[in-house]
Amino acid sequence: MPSLPAAAVLPAAALPAAVLEVANAAVRFGEVRALDGVSLAILPGECIGLVGHNGAGKSTIVSVINGGLTPHQGEIFSDGTRLAPYGIGVARSRGVRCVFQELSLCPNLSIIENTRIMHRTLGGFGWRTRAAAIIASSLDAIFPGHGIDVSGPVGALSIAQRQMVEIAMAFSDAGQPPRLVILDEPTSSLDAGLAAQLLAHVRRFVASGGAVILISHMLNEILETASRIVVMKDGKIVAERAAGGFDHAGLVEAMGSAVPHQTAARRNLAATEPVLDLALPKGQPFRACKGEVVGLAGLGGHGQTRMLLALFDHHSPQWWPRRDPAVTFVAGDRRENGIFELWSILKNMTVAALGDLSRRGLVQDAAEAARGAEWKSRIEIRTPDMNNLILSLSGGNQQKVLFARALSTRAPVVLMDDPMRGVDVGTKREVYGMIRAEAEAGRTFVWYSTEMEEMQLCDRVYVFREGAIVAELTGEAISEHNILRASFKAEAA
Amino acid sequence: MKTLLSKPWIWSFVAALSVWLATIGVTGGASTVGLSQAALTFAAFSVLVGIGQMFVITLGPGNIDLSVPATMTLSGTVALKYMDGANSLILHGLLIAIAVGIAVGVLNYALIKALRIPPIIATLSMSFIVQSAAIWTNRGLRIKPPQVLADFTTQTSFGIPNIALLALLISVIAWVLLHRTPYGRWIAAIGQSLPAARMAGIAVDGNRFVTYLLCAILAAVCGYLLACFSGGAALNMGTEYLLMSIAVVVIGGTAVAGGDSNVPGIWGASLFMFLVVSMLNTYGLGAGVRLIMTGAIIITVILLASGRKAATR
Amino acid sequence: MKLSTDTLRLIVPVVSLLVLLAGVFYLQPRAMSYNGLNLLFNLAVPIALATVAQMLIMAVNDLDLSMGTFVSFVACVAATYLHDTPLLGALILLAAIAVYAALGVIIYLRDLPSIVVTLGMSFVWAGLAVLILPAPGGTAPEWARAVMISKPPLLPMAIIASALLAIFAHLLIMRSSFGVLIRGVGGNQRSVQRAGWSILMARASAYALAATFAVAAGICLVGLTTSADANIALRYTLLSIAGVILGGGEFTGGRISPIGAVIGALTLTLAGSFLSFLRISPDWQIGAQGAILIIVLALRLLLNRLESKGGAA
Repeated sequence: MPSLPAAAVLPAAALPAAVLEVANAAVRFGEVRALDGVSLAILPGECIGLVGHNGAGKSTIVSVINGGLTPHQGEIFSDGTRLAPYGIGVARSRGVRCVFQELSLCPNLSIIENTRIMHRTLGGFGWRTRAAAIIASSLDAIFPGHGIDVSGPVGALSIAQRQMVEIAMAFSDAGQPPRLVILDEPTSSLDAGLAAQLLAHVRRFVASGGAVILISHMLNEILETASRIVVMKDGKIVAERAAGGFDHAGLVEAMGSAVPHQTAARRNLAATEPVLDLALPKGQPFRACKGEVVGLAGLGGHGQTRMLLALFDHHSPQWWPRRDPAVTFVAGDRRENGIFELWSILKNMTVAALGDLSRRGLVQDAAEAARGAEWKSRIEIRTPDMNNLILSLSGGNQQKVLFARALSTRAPVVLMDDPMRGVDVGTKREVYGMIRAEAEAGRTFVWYSTEMEEMQLCDRVYVFREGAIVAELTGEAISEHNILRASFKAEAA
Repeated sequence: MKTLLSKPWIWSFVAALSVWLATIGVTGGASTVGLSQAALTFAAFSVLVGIGQMFVITLGPGNIDLSVPATMTLSGTVALKYMDGANSLILHGLLIAIAVGIAVGVLNYALIKALRIPPIIATLSMSFIVQSAAIWTNRGLRIKPPQVLADFTTQTSFGIPNIALLALLISVIAWVLLHRTPYGRWIAAIGQSLPAARMAGIAVDGNRFVTYLLCAILAAVCGYLLACFSGGAALNMGTEYLLMSIAVVVIGGTAVAGGDSNVPGIWGASLFMFLVVSMLNTYGLGAGVRLIMTGAIIITVILLASGRKAATR
Repeated sequence: MKLSTDTLRLIVPVVSLLVLLAGVFYLQPRAMSYNGLNLLFNLAVPIALATVAQMLIMAVNDLDLSMGTFVSFVACVAATYLHDTPLLGALILLAAIAVYAALGVIIYLRDLPSIVVTLGMSFVWAGLAVLILPAPGGTAPEWARAVMISKPPLLPMAIIASALLAIFAHLLIMRSSFGVLIRGVGGNQRSVQRAGWSILMARASAYALAATFAVAAGICLVGLTTSADANIALRYTLLSIAGVILGGGEFTGGRISPIGAVIGALTLTLAGSFLSFLRISPDWQIGAQGAILIIVLALRLLLNRLESKGGAA
């Protein structure tokens, strides 16, 4: 039985019945404790700000609340009654709605048809007219002057417009009014004006008795909008206070900064010969020098990953294997782009360096095992045997294997696509140290991250907006303030 | 024993053995040697195309080469026509068969890559063109194979059919390729996750291309041998190998979803498939029942295989 | 340009149909008559039905490789049981539809590759067809025959039936809630699931509906040919896939067009006549179909490129 932090226990009797309450929920993914005894009650008329680093368990608790994930332990209550079994259908009938981080519309259908999918009860003759009215009125209420044609296909919308439609969909009412709306990074692809419209609507919705869970990396949004703030770390709730109880610094501290302040280590290498450059269709060109750690900042989905992939495609082989790779890649989305699930830890680690481990066309077992043992001790992969399956490792250790895969090649440049997603704080510290040490030994790192603090570790930072580099920050100029300002410049001007 | 039982390929051998015993039981052991030799011979042809198909299936979901039968027919037809029964041209004939395989393989991957269509559609379209080419070359003539080659394909050494020995040799090479070389690792990686393989710096296009090439070449060589074995190329000689090549891979314990292949299972499955047919024949059942059984076995095996995967998860 | 994506998708099929029709009329002016048109498009009705069936399977991101053998099976049942003992025949066909629904369920629950499962099923249907009708024969039910050879005023039956089918399929799949659900499963299954729908039911009904259209295709085919045999519709597997693609559908993502699919089927039927009017050697007839499929896919790629360029600008 995991012990609960004192702050997570609510004096339930003193409060009105919660719209939804999760009691002592635990979720495990293999070895990873994604949720470790979390209790959370959401009352009508409050907006809960949920913060924490990537992998702290925010998305998992959201999945539990919306019924998409059944916790291995714990109970769920609504309006004072226990809901069992609990699932997506039950959650929706209780008015729970969710806006997810990834696209959750059908791109091949029109907005009206998507509305039909979202509202099961909308059927019957003339549903198209009704659906159009419902979604249009919701869009008008949240984003006045949105200019979206609701009869058009979702596939033709821009990312921001899709996000707007999804948000409007969650707040729309087709006979079953929304009572609890979960917004997971809703402003990540919205510009400042649209974000302000959304947050204003959230306040109106809460004032009229609705409940909202707001997840955002933008701590200012949380501080301005939420009535209560819940901080998560490593699958637990570590702090919970009314909105006034936190200021910006206090919130950062509660989240547990993983980044040691080591600005002194920052070096200015920008003058040396570049090892990598790429001209982008618009904005400044990209370039990186030997031994440099280059950060890619800006709001999510503004072209950072696309540029990393372009860099990678440009320098990696398509048809003929290269003995001396020019670049190597560390993926953030481990499941999708990183690990090979059927394989052992060792095979996962050595797959990028098989050319170095072969003689006369055959892979040398002894050389492979030696390489595995070397990296196991160098970056402390916690496993009794490198021949165990990769899935036996925790998320953080899987990520370490991916780092070992990249670093054990001879590639002089390492591209990293938000590689700390779902990694615990301890592992992060170790990896930060490794990156610094490798950079000092002459490796170049290109690092995209959504975590502001990781950008502070870079020697130089490019800020992206709408697919282009809009600012270059070096040395002391790298700060959250400057990055945010550059990310939003177009709206300010 | 326990490690042996945990191998996915063991079951195909168990199944083959039990069907073999059941058939022997009916015939009273009179035809044991004949049945076994026939089983090995016919299994060898399935093994040859099956290995090629297995490499393709290893590449992951959607990767199946449907041009195998047409390639077999075309290579058999063209090679026999060229050799025209002359023993001195056997090697040339083999080279021509391989050239046919290379041509089909190159065109297959060119379609997959250039039109960005699922391999199954690309190879299906290609198979129609190849089939037409075979019809056009064949013109209904049945040319006898060179006598030396016909003898080689139908005779045995040390009591084992030559064809089976050849297939065994190729199986060993395939095993080494799959388990001991970087190429084998790379295609297994591509089969598990194409994006992850790309991100790991694997030359995805090159590896996929080589795999489709390999499959087409093996099909072509098999067509060449089969045409010689059966005394001439026939237009429908490849037909039954379409499903057969996929079935032996699936029954042999290779993951249909890709990334995890095994060579021994193909032998067990090939023997099993032949023995089932001959058992049904022995029991006097007709073509209809045989077809139904074949389909039912394949579906049952995929169902069981998927259950196995779910259980280990 | 203010054309919608759906309209753009229809351009290729409509233009290819018109070009082919012009070509046929040029080569054979006598085809430009009531009877000529009827002859040209006669066989299009069952193909169009099978194409709509295939389209439903493709709408949920699967592929049915047993379409040809299934339609053959239905034709055999229609020419025997449905003619002799209509009640039993109808029951058999209903059971076949139930089997399809079960396949949809199994493929989803076990996460199986539809390609392999339907390939296995193709053997089962073929076996059943051989059992029912070992040699070509049987008699079409009178009502099916009567409908198919009826001569309505103004336009031939084939054209009227195709138009009705296009309208009906469009209403069912593009306009109804049910159609939205099925296309939603193809577009983003997770989000449909998150909205509280049962994916199981959606997939089962998509498969059952597909089987229903395929059953209609088999009955129509027998109505036209008056008798059946076990291999009567083997070509339909490729034709139906090609028809969907030609009509603007895609293999994944739930992007389909029922009107396009019917036009695609008409185009393919016409292509057969066109090739024979051109006096292309029968050897190359199959190959020409493969080539047409490749050309269509190349055209589609070109159009998609243009479309995405237009979208980016």
